[in-house]
Amino acid sequence: MKKLITLGLTVAMAASLTACGSGSDSGSTTAAAGGETSAAGAENNAPADNGGAASGDTFKIGVIGPLTGPAAAYGIAVQNGADLAVKEINAAGGVNGFMLEVNAQDDEHDAQKSVNAYNTLKDWGAQAIVGSTTSDPCIAVAAESSADNMFQITPSGSAVECVAPENVFRVCFADPDQGTASAVYIGEHKLAGKVAVIYDSSTTYSSGIREAFVKEAANQGLEIVADEAFTADNATDFSVQLDKAKEAGAELVFLPIYYQEASVILKQASDKDFAPIFFGCDGMDGILTVKNFDTALAEGLMLLTPFSTTEESSKAFTQAYVAAYGIEPNQFAADSYDAVYAIKAAIEKSGVAVDADYSTVCDAFKTAMTEISIDGLTGTGMTWNAAGEPDKAPKAVKIVNGVYEMQ
Amino acid sequence: MSFLSYLISGISLGSIYAIIALGYTMVYGIARMLNFAHGDIIMVGGFAIFTVVSTLGMAPLLGIITAAAVCTLLGVTIEFVAYRPLRGASSLAVLITAIGVSYLLQNLALLIFGSNARQFTSVVTMPGLKLAGGRLSISGETIVTILVCIVIMMSLTAFINKTRIGQAMLAVSEDRGAAALMGINVNRTIAITFAIGSALAAIAGALLCSTYPSLTPYTGSMPGIKAFVAAVFGGIGSIPGALLGGIILGVVENLSKAYISSQLSDAIVFSLLIVILLVRPTGILGKKINEKV
Repeated sequence: MKKLITLGLTVAMAASLTACGSGSDSGSTTAAAGGETSAAGAENNAPADNGGAASGDTFKIGVIGPLTGPAAAYGIAVQNGADLAVKEINAAGGVNGFMLEVNAQDDEHDAQKSVNAYNTLKDWGAQAIVGSTTSDPCIAVAAESSADNMFQITPSGSAVECVAPENVFRVCFADPDQGTASAVYIGEHKLAGKVAVIYDSSTTYSSGIREAFVKEAANQGLEIVADEAFTADNATDFSVQLDKAKEAGAELVFLPIYYQEASVILKQASDKDFAPIFFGCDGMDGILTVKNFDTALAEGLMLLTPFSTTEESSKAFTQAYVAAYGIEPNQFAADSYDAVYAIKAAIEKSGVAVDADYSTVCDAFKTAMTEISIDGLTGTGMTWNAAGEPDKAPKAVKIVNGVYEMQ
Repeated sequence: MSFLSYLISGISLGSIYAIIALGYTMVYGIARMLNFAHGDIIMVGGFAIFTVVSTLGMAPLLGIITAAAVCTLLGVTIEFVAYRPLRGASSLAVLITAIGVSYLLQNLALLIFGSNARQFTSVVTMPGLKLAGGRLSISGETIVTILVCIVIMMSLTAFINKTRIGQAMLAVSEDRGAAALMGINVNRTIAITFAIGSALAAIAGALLCSTYPSLTPYTGSMPGIKAFVAAVFGGIGSIPGALLGGIILGVVENLSKAYISSQLSDAIVFSLLIVILLVRPTGILGKKINEKV
């Protein structure tokens, strides 16, 4: 009898689990619909889908990113951004007389699956790769693509190792470059003399930025009065770190961390009546989307972000993006859009033929990439060096009345 | 002045550890099992309050009552479904089941609420104190947390020593078989223990999220583990020990962050734990248990 009741309850629990599953499915239809729209779009401008590598009338770009799973928001944005750029370029008559074609493959933010996606795209006949979206998969794919000599440009793989092979370039800043850029920005705009840093010593992202920031701060004449860490294990209480920054008289607190911890820091600082300038990097992007967050706490917060929908130059893109996919673009979409335009510029510069094999394309692009300059959504006058790193001015935004305002 | 400020924030953090540790220690003391899902019940309590207060817009007090009811029901259900069938099984099997329940709760919350963080609106409306001309500020949450912690500890001690159910709990804790022979309903006693422990988790959830206002499906797991350490520190099974262990842990953590290194604070806290356990294997206030041969 007892066993029966237990069994019954277990079944009930399992049933509630499935019910929850379907509930959350219906909740995420917007994102899924966005993905579907773009998949349909990709099919529309892929008339010779069965032709494979032999069909020489379009230039084929493969896109890799997490289209499902927890990081799907990034991958879908990258897919949509590339899709929108290709549609625009084709509508304007293509590049050098031929059309572009895009094919996005899912890697679920997994290094092994990303390599599988890369191989699928190679079989499809890809001549250049936009991807992978996230750092670890990108490093894995870079190892394969450099062995094959396939050109690869990652929109958002920010880890240093992503662009280690000479065939890989990126659109976003590398992690340490964000730290350097932040210190330069603070120094040049004379935002503060005494600076405190609060960072997460348990992630490479945060400690990488902090290290570069501290190094560059000395050159900019900034005095680091407090250099405090926390880890993922004690990311709830920041009162001591804030007290130390306050005691030391910090005028600016640099937060190279993700927005979730930052939202707690802002709350605790306001409880302590501590109101320095808070300054973050791209991980801070999203703080206004925290549910139930009192945006008044973020008033005056500054962050370096490559892209903002409120910027004049990105208005047309934002409108077209919302019209096509029904959601606001984020920086991943902008990075990917710029990556496709970089490929377009490289085709024009090098004059590669539409039916060139990927190794020829790669050799031509490796030189062409260092010679082009594009005005993209994430920077004007973007250029690349041979190491694959972009050179663009960082943009800072300040939160004023609950919205980003370009500085 | 800054020392006082670090000390007070340490006591505040420690009091939260202590309330969570009380739940761990009660369940361990009476049912002889480590309920690793305790931290996740705290998280469920946090989400219950968030739903009632922030989503439905009701009064904070109603939120806490709802959370206590939800958590009590959840605690009793978990005990009935997952732990009771294993009453005779090895303690390792029960431990693994508890870890399984912990992951189940985290993933259910992930399914229902998603992984995005929510900013928790504090349920404490009391204003903070400003002393020494504003140089020392103590938030309302800190004061309430410390008071609630002391009240809970005193009423739990009284409950266990003065009531019939409390005495039954002590008996079950001492010798389950003998207690059953004396006519004590062991299953019911353990279920009541879980109910009380889970209601405490709801209160801990309210205070934890009010003081550190970020709510995710993983909110309870790290404080839960730290509180478990606090319970071991003070002597697991001992109610005053949980309070003492929690507060020592919080104060040591904050002072080492302040005066030694914020990078090393966890390493220092856990080294201290090792030293204490080497000197006193049962914890600061733990009872020495003679093994029956």
